[in-house]
Amino acid sequence: MAIRFNDPIITLAHGAGGKAMRDLVEGLILPYFDNELLAPLEDQARVPLGELTALGDRLAMTTDSFVVDPLEFPGGDIGTLAINGTVNDLAMSGAIPRYLTCGLIIEEGLEVGLLKRILGSMKQAAAKAGVAIVSGDTKVVQRGGADKLFINTAGIGVIPADADIRASRAQVGDVVIVNGVLGDHGAAVLNARGDLALDVELRSDCQPLNRQVQALRAACPDVHCLRDATRGGVATVLNEFAESAQVAIRLNERDIPVRDTVRGVCEILGLDALYLANEGRLVAILPAEYVQATLSALHACGDEAHVIGEVIPSPAGRVLMKTVFGSERIVDRLVGEQLPRIC
Amino acid sequence: MKLVDEFRDPDKAQALATHIREVLPKVMADRRRTLQIMEFCGGHTHTIFKFGLEELLPEGIELVHGPGCPVCVLPMGRIDDAIAIAHQPNVIFTTFGDAMRVPGSRQSLLQAKADGADIRMVYSPTDALALARQHPEKRVVFFALGFETTMPSTALTVLQAEKEGLGNFSLFCNHITTVPTIKAVLDSPAMQIDGFIAPGHVSMVVGEQPFQFVAGHYNKPIVIAGFEPLDILQALSMLIDQFAESRCEVANQYTRVAPPEGNPAGLAAIHKVFELREFFEWRGLGSIDHSGVKMRPAFAQFDAECIFDVPNVRIADPKSAQCGEVVKGVIKPWECKVFGKACTPQTPVGALMVSSEGACAAYYNYGKHIPRVDALRFDATE
Repeated sequence: MAIRFNDPIITLAHGAGGKAMRDLVEGLILPYFDNELLAPLEDQARVPLGELTALGDRLAMTTDSFVVDPLEFPGGDIGTLAINGTVNDLAMSGAIPRYLTCGLIIEEGLEVGLLKRILGSMKQAAAKAGVAIVSGDTKVVQRGGADKLFINTAGIGVIPADADIRASRAQVGDVVIVNGVLGDHGAAVLNARGDLALDVELRSDCQPLNRQVQALRAACPDVHCLRDATRGGVATVLNEFAESAQVAIRLNERDIPVRDTVRGVCEILGLDALYLANEGRLVAILPAEYVQATLSALHACGDEAHVIGEVIPSPAGRVLMKTVFGSERIVDRLVGEQLPRIC
Repeated sequence: MKLVDEFRDPDKAQALATHIREVLPKVMADRRRTLQIMEFCGGHTHTIFKFGLEELLPEGIELVHGPGCPVCVLPMGRIDDAIAIAHQPNVIFTTFGDAMRVPGSRQSLLQAKADGADIRMVYSPTDALALARQHPEKRVVFFALGFETTMPSTALTVLQAEKEGLGNFSLFCNHITTVPTIKAVLDSPAMQIDGFIAPGHVSMVVGEQPFQFVAGHYNKPIVIAGFEPLDILQALSMLIDQFAESRCEVANQYTRVAPPEGNPAGLAAIHKVFELREFFEWRGLGSIDHSGVKMRPAFAQFDAECIFDVPNVRIADPKSAQCGEVVKGVIKPWECKVFGKACTPQTPVGALMVSSEGACAAYYNYGKHIPRVDALRFDATE
């Protein structure tokens, strides 16, 4: 008989290992993630190796924890983030993401309606990215022990034999490409917290990027570096590339794509969109000869595509910005989080 | 964003830079040293670095980045007091974001928050007032910072709290005043500044008149300027014109926002709530007479310094940092003994490394054209 879950809120009982917990897992969570590998409900998923080895010669493996406040925001929620974040971390190696695990840490008192919406988002995001959630865990903690809901996802994917994508491979003469406007996610979450009282339309850019990565690789057989520009934004990713490859990266301020509303938020708060988080933006570094092909490939995925800079020899390890006035300045890493300025 | 882009037009910037280049030789003909121009305000410093404006200027002009970053110049003792208040029972301590990292003698507000104090970032004093309404059982304190620019909004917030009878709202007042501080810079013996760019948003409140003494008494031209790159370039161009034509006056580049008479309603609110302190301590500059305001006794019930027992201990600035010399233009940031070594944005020793508007932090973060920075930074990681 199918188990029905009708409780309105999550209580400590749902994490205690008894019937209430079984009801939560089998009555509420499982139906969203339903797939063959998960269905036996053993303590571990048993993944056939054959289909993996057919795809490539290395396993990519990653984990990420998600603690966003608020849980829901325009353009996504913690569920979409949890799937796309791990899918994207896998994809940035060139890997084809396959299987994810999902750990839920729930603060007692969480509304079940909200949890359902988030699980629904996870289901949708997983389907879109072509991955299956094959193992999971649920914990319920006392009020104050967590902030409503934390999600951890881990994932594996398979790296095709011909992919060699690493931060240290940025080479002088390469170009820097991004697949859309920057800072939408960071600005949307900031605005969704509600304390800015700004009347603007901002949506997170949250999306899986595995399709884009495959398209990029099809257009350019030798993509040198790839990273999704999440926390710390594009500026942080580029600093990582420059340091790792001991090259300099020069951005052209005119070419940095930022939506007007996001620029407006940044102007008002004294923030810089280059440091705002994105959840559906990749930064690619690849040989200049493939620019046209890769831009077209990204367009074909429905994304924008912009060349924002180039790799130059020096100063090694630094990121520079050529300003709209033709002068240059350093784009450094942030010290901590970006804090709004007073005036 | 049209509004902003208008003031970031590269062609207009080049035209202004060209004008400066053309006129400067006239000014330099009978001078032996470079022309030192101080932009007083950290907001200007930030724009100058973010847009790389110094690179557009010809040799012969040197920008000196003044002390006008209210976050940077907060002395350690005041941060200690803020933390002491935040740790009192039932207190919600509210602050602007960029004050969170300013080091006190033991901790910053960010560390005190991690330590359990209820410290919250707000975007305006009215957010703090809203918290006070929502939490009648708590005592909500707002960390009031800034020059005359932010004073009217805090003053009006206090008046609103009084009107609503919100007895659980108070202000920890650290507002500072522009004019006495410019005067202190002008009076310092090592000073070599030739002209000033004055903060437009301060003028928006106080008007043009308070800056007359700079031109009148000290014989230094001064231009009130906005915060976009073209504003600053135009202000520089107006200053150079004054030098070339041997004029010395207060000019206003920012008339679109800052009327000559300022904002009488804002000034009235300031005078109603605040009065001058005899002196106020500045990080890096020491004590400056009449450079701060406190709440008038009539508002004692909203004055956190009256409500709470604050330690009020004066903490000496670290001797190693040479902030005072930097803000007076005597040395450049990277010439300071600790710049990039002991003093970095992660571990600021001196005032000017504290906020992104501080001159040293700006050099450290954006300053590619200083060859020594890289070498120094290497030292810092050893």
